[in-house]
Amino acid sequence: MTEAVTRLSRVPDTDTASGWRLDSKWVLIGVPVALVVWLALVPLVFLLWQSFLTPQTATSPAEFTLENYRTAYFSAETFRLFLNSVQFAAGTSAFALCLGTTLAWMNERTNTPFKRLFFALSIIPLVIPGILFTVAWFLLASPKIGILNVWLQWLFNTDTVFFNIYSMTGMIWTDGLHYSPMAFLLMTAAFRSMDPALEESALMCGASVLTIAWRITLKLSWPAALASLLILFVRSLESFEVPALLGLPAGIQVYTSSIYQAIHLYPSQIGLAASYAITLLLITSFGIYMQSRLSYHSSRYSTVTGKGFRPRTIDLGPWRYAAAGFFVLYFLFIVFLPFLVLVWSSLQKFYSVPSWAALNRVTLDAYRTILDYPQFWSTVRNSLFLAFTTATLIMLLGAVISWIVVRTRIRGRWLLDNLSSLPLVFPGLVLGLSIMICYLYLDIGVYGTIWIMLIAYATRFLPYGTRYASTSMVQIHKELEESAAMSGATWATSFRRIVLPLLKPGLLAGWIYVLIVSIRELSSSILLYSPGTEVVSIMIWELWQNGQYVELSALGVMLILLLFCLVMIAQLVGKKFGISEG
Amino acid sequence: MLSVKSLYTEYASEHGTVVKAAQNVSFDVPEGKLFTLLGPSGCGKTTTLRSIAGLERPVSGEIAVGGRIVYSSGQGIFVAPNKRNFGMVFQSYAIWPHMNVFQNVAFPLDVRKLPRKEIRERVMRVLAAVQLDHLVDREATKLSGGQQQRLALARALVMEPQLLLLDEPLSNLDAKLRDAMRTELKRLQRELKLTTVYVTHDQTEALALSHEIAVMNDGFVIQVGTPRQIYETPSNSFVAEFVGSTNFFGGTVTSIDGNRCTISSAVGEIKAHAGDGVTKNKGVIVSVRPEDVELSEREPATAEGDNIIRATVHSKDFLGEYLDFHVKVGDVVLASRAHPSLRTPTGEAIFVRMRAEKCVAIPSDKPPSRPSIGGAGAPA
Repeated sequence: MTEAVTRLSRVPDTDTASGWRLDSKWVLIGVPVALVVWLALVPLVFLLWQSFLTPQTATSPAEFTLENYRTAYFSAETFRLFLNSVQFAAGTSAFALCLGTTLAWMNERTNTPFKRLFFALSIIPLVIPGILFTVAWFLLASPKIGILNVWLQWLFNTDTVFFNIYSMTGMIWTDGLHYSPMAFLLMTAAFRSMDPALEESALMCGASVLTIAWRITLKLSWPAALASLLILFVRSLESFEVPALLGLPAGIQVYTSSIYQAIHLYPSQIGLAASYAITLLLITSFGIYMQSRLSYHSSRYSTVTGKGFRPRTIDLGPWRYAAAGFFVLYFLFIVFLPFLVLVWSSLQKFYSVPSWAALNRVTLDAYRTILDYPQFWSTVRNSLFLAFTTATLIMLLGAVISWIVVRTRIRGRWLLDNLSSLPLVFPGLVLGLSIMICYLYLDIGVYGTIWIMLIAYATRFLPYGTRYASTSMVQIHKELEESAAMSGATWATSFRRIVLPLLKPGLLAGWIYVLIVSIRELSSSILLYSPGTEVVSIMIWELWQNGQYVELSALGVMLILLLFCLVMIAQLVGKKFGISEG
Repeated sequence: MLSVKSLYTEYASEHGTVVKAAQNVSFDVPEGKLFTLLGPSGCGKTTTLRSIAGLERPVSGEIAVGGRIVYSSGQGIFVAPNKRNFGMVFQSYAIWPHMNVFQNVAFPLDVRKLPRKEIRERVMRVLAAVQLDHLVDREATKLSGGQQQRLALARALVMEPQLLLLDEPLSNLDAKLRDAMRTELKRLQRELKLTTVYVTHDQTEALALSHEIAVMNDGFVIQVGTPRQIYETPSNSFVAEFVGSTNFFGGTVTSIDGNRCTISSAVGEIKAHAGDGVTKNKGVIVSVRPEDVELSEREPATAEGDNIIRATVHSKDFLGEYLDFHVKVGDVVLASRAHPSLRTPTGEAIFVRMRAEKCVAIPSDKPPSRPSIGGAGAPA
């Protein structure tokens, strides 16, 4: 009896001992942890450190200084810069949210015609990169050559400038339009999580459609709306394309464009850029923190319904045609006009406003020029290499991280969770800057190569990978893994044979998403590329700097078509695997 | 009071196919009565209720309340739900989480722009009626399940509706609370004499609460009757099986006299109650409830209209307050509920007595369908 007890009690001992042996499990866990710390934390430290240093020159080494912060906070322009940034971000986010909420309400709650078209709203921001959208709106509404201006001037026979894209209003218009599909998606999710019975019971109480929309629907969704507003605010603060392309020529500076200028003007002031970056980082972190707190608190508002009854749609009566008209107009502004103007411009030899004369000069020369461009193929190769490598790396890393966070009981796993989503608060430009500084000092032969861009991409998109993987991970029952262990599989085998295959649909969806966003990446690449490592978005940027609008448009049209195909494949894959899963 | 005439509704499902929810549904509810739509999930009972509420637009039919037509496909009338003045309690209660208890109940009066003082009075009165007056300033989300249920009821009652619609209001409560709320609901309804339509899949609730029950299946109303009629003389095997548990055995009618008939069945010659559509020489199914299969060790004294049969004990389960016996007559196994004092061992002979009025003959055109709904047909 005693012997039996001792034998039994010894079993856990040997178990723990083997558990702490250096087996594949611990290697697999240790490597991602180290990698995440390296990717997410180290550049931040360097950024902070650099912000306290003077510029290093051939004659004088860098010294400790507070001068950067003095310039960043107390120079005459500081207040203007801050004001501009806030004005731009507030305007953009408010405009986008109003548009997005209206569209989401129309789509979810009313009988507006053409509702099928609404689905397209979810893919537009993926298909049309910010830089192309900005260029398109420049072609539409620039004071001198903007098509809308020229046509309206011709129509009314005046010289009045109707639209000036080089203004705060123009910037807010362009960026707000571009972010409105994101607002639409966020608010759609908010409306969907609401129990339709909440509105139906108000209806039964005798309330009118307007009373319900105001006192029930909006009041209930305001925490979600506020959270969306914060996300949009942070995203607009981070956006680089619109401030750089439209703001700088008009002399309207915001944080992102100032960071860019501080580095690209001679002599480059990395320290000053770093202190701007730190400021921006503080604001965005605060925004994200507030947003996550809000979402946490708003969870009490989302009541779970007993049975998912089809929400009743509100009959708008004749107003539904007005709603449809509004939607068609919006669609014109966000897809049709921008894409058509790019197509038109890509078919010209020299850019000109559409006219009968210009129609006769239609040519495919621009496409030929682009395809014959000396660096075109190496650029495409770089972009594809970066996109494929990033997507693959990120999804594998994401799978392991989410496994640790979701499955294990390792202490401190929350830290890994938070660290892996830390890059979310980095604006692309700030991330590029910190990585640039980091590898300027850590001379391991990365700086100036394509690998530094790979590191930047991997860091930037790590949160997406982790999120996609953990959403699928929580759906896999733990017992599936445990039964693999009971069947005698080692941890590595069960991860490879059970967990990864079950995660496949989620991982594939995430992989394609990361692929798409990597191909369009601009704001980190812009500080990290060097001759030979350009990517497609950089090529667009350079064409813009050279004023080659026609070639830019040709490249843009090809990029949009490629992205469109990728998004379609992604949706197809999602649908196929979605069904086989169910 | 409420009259529903040949109501048809259908809607497109998520897969794009047309789901026929209510098929030729007709019934009348007299003033002040509680009428229940009972059936398995997907039988169309909720859609029917939502059509009465106006939340669903039927394809055709007519709905009138107190002489006022609120929907008529013939006359092209559709009164919007917010103009119907019907109170409704939803399955999820639909308590607005951004308002407190008072604001939730006051909302219907608020949108009617009543004076503040009157709103206050009426809200407090109705909250007192559902015993929530001490929680008037509580946040609605901080209420327990039972309290939320009362709150939803108060909100539906405060506007003094013409008609009260209840959509499975007790299904989200745990068992003990459900019984208490059921009694409470019944008391309120009987006191206020409010015409009520109640939707449930729970036969106990339906039997306990209703003045009248309509049993629905596949969009059709199968039988309408008082709880006792539904339970004791089911008109068809679906009703017999869905409401309570029952024994079925087949047979042929040899003679019929009024509502009494004689059947040559698998358990021998049986005198039974003849349901609608039972005719001589036709095949029937006889339904008899387990509590009506009386067992005794000694041969019972026969009275007119009793069926006495010899059987053997097949198996038995002791369940505390009663014994579940299975006795075998020929090839037929009858379930019986007996007093725990009956201790006849398995394999022994036993006498079965079934009163003729408790054996219900149902035409066997359709074989007894066995709905695969958990809980349906289980002993209450």
